[in-house]
Parts: sequence; structure tokens; C-alpha cells
Amino acid sequence: MNNFLYEPWPWYVAGPLISLIMFALIIGGKTFGVSSNLRTICSACGAGKISGFFDFNWKAQTWNLVFIFGVLIGGYIASNFMTPDDSISLASATVDKLNSIGISTENQGYVPREIFDLNNNAQLGLSIFLLAIGGFLVGFGTRYAGGCTSGHAITGLSQLQIGSLIAVIGFFIGGLIVTHFIYPHIF
Amino acid sequence: MKQLYFLFWGIVFGIVLIKSEVASWFRIYEMFQFDSFHMYGVIGSAVIFGIILTQVIKRMKIKSIDKQDLVFVDKDFMPKRYIFGGIIFGLGWALTGACPGPMFALFGAGYYSILIAIIFAILGTLTYGIIKDKLPH
Repeated sequence: MNNFLYEPWPWYVAGPLISLIMFALIIGGKTFGVSSNLRTICSACGAGKISGFFDFNWKAQTWNLVFIFGVLIGGYIASNFMTPDDSISLASATVDKLNSIGISTENQGYVPREIFDLNNNAQLGLSIFLLAIGGFLVGFGTRYAGGCTSGHAITGLSQLQIGSLIAVIGFFIGGLIVTHFIYPHIF
Repeated sequence: MKQLYFLFWGIVFGIVLIKSEVASWFRIYEMFQFDSFHMYGVIGSAVIFGIILTQVIKRMKIKSIDKQDLVFVDKDFMPKRYIFGGIIFGLGWALTGACPGPMFALFGAGYYSILIAIIFAILGTLTYGIIKDKLPH
């Protein structure tokens, strides 16, 4: 059991646990959707004054802010106390592809320092640009689509919503464009 | 007290995202290269168990923990917003290697530069709210 806690968890543990979390939120009278918090944060910061889209009773969404605060704590606990080795065992084909586009796979944690390291980075401007534009597109796209991976891919597909299937197809079109047509040209 | 319930499940979600490496940029890149089954296994098994649990709630008429009836509302069918919004989100998902849940898990794990993505995600949502009436839905 101890070993299991410290080893990376396989997909057949993670997937059912994620559905259990969705189930726990539904029987809690809520839904599983992380990106809604971005709208709630806008509203809590007073964005209701500039757009009716943010003019709602955001305090009723406090439970979801508490939930993502929990996600942050969970990330801290898992990273500091349950992950003695934070290297990712990638498929060898992926390692070759990453090395060929200029991203190292040696001594990396969960994210590549070529993008996420803001201290020793020869391409600091590029890194900040990628994080900023990527984050912006996540925030814009999730609200436009009405949900993210949790709201559409997990909750929506679990309820057999055809709209969620279309959204998930969209997620993959976007992701494939970046991975296959943009990443080869930027590092 | 009820907020502790949501805090607990948030902590569980954060741990799962880190321990299963779903929060790793590298796993997302690998997924979009179709080089590993891992992410498909996570999402696929979550959906299969999710379908079963959703049907259990519906057929057994399970009530909420406050003893309320649970109703599932079908999302309005608006294909344009799903495909356009979905593609835009997908571009951002691959660029940051993180969807919203993993962004918060990564911040907790000490990858503080993800805060840039979180702040700009909030600005992205703000921008959508301002211009949404001009977009096809």
C-alpha cells in the first residue's frame, strides 16, 4: 500500500476516481466543472459592472472555489509527500519527438523548463508569451464552449450529451493543431 | 460544514491529477501525439464509470446528501459554440499543457509559473463575457 501511494497511479485507478469525484459533487447537489470558477472569480472581482454575463450571485458558487482551493492543496500534498520521483516515464516515441523540437526530457519534472522556468531561461519572453496566450485561450475557449475537460469530457459525456461530444472533438482539433503544426516551429 | 465536503473532494482531485500525471505538460503532449494509452485510459475509464454512476443516480432516484431530488438538465444544443469554443480551448490546452483543474494542482505542486496561465485564463473568460454577444453560438 505504501508503495502504491508513492508510485505513479495507472489510468484504471485515476479514471474511476475522477468519476467518483464527479458522483460526489452531483450527490452534493452540484456539478463537476472547474472552468466555471474563472467566471465566478471575474464576478467576485466586480466584472458584473461591465458585462451582464458576470452579474450573478457568485456567492452561490463559493463551494466550487472551495473545491479548487482543495485541488491546490491536493497538488501540494501529492507533490511534497507522495511523489519521491517526479520524472514522467514517457513513451519513447514522444521522447524522440520532444528532443527533435528542442524540448529536453532529462531531469524534468511535470512541466518542461523550456516553457515554465522563468529564472534560467534564454527565451523568457517566449515562455511568458506561451503561458499567457495559452491561458487566455483556455479561459476564453472554456466559457465559449460552456465547459472544459471536467464539464464536457467527463460530466457531459457521462450524461451522453451530444454537445459535449462536439466540444471534445473541438478540444482535440485545437490540441492537434498546436502539437503537430505549431510546436515544431517555435523552440 | 458543508464546504468541508467540497474541500475534501477537491483535495482528492488534486492528488489524483498529480499522482496520475494528468497534470503533466508532457502527458498532454504525448496524448496529442497518440503515443501512449495513458490519458485515453484515464478519460475513457472516467467516462465509462461516469455513465454507469449517472445511470445509477437516475434509475435508483438517488437523492442529494441534503435529501433533495437530483435533476439532470440537458445542455442546449448549440453546435457552433461547442466546436468553436472547443477548438479555442484545445489550442490553449496544448500550449499550457494544462486544463483548468491541473492548473490549480500544478500551482499547489510548486510550479508557480502556471500562475501566469491562470491569470490570463481569468482574463480570457472576462473577454469572452464582454464580447460574447458578437460571437456565433
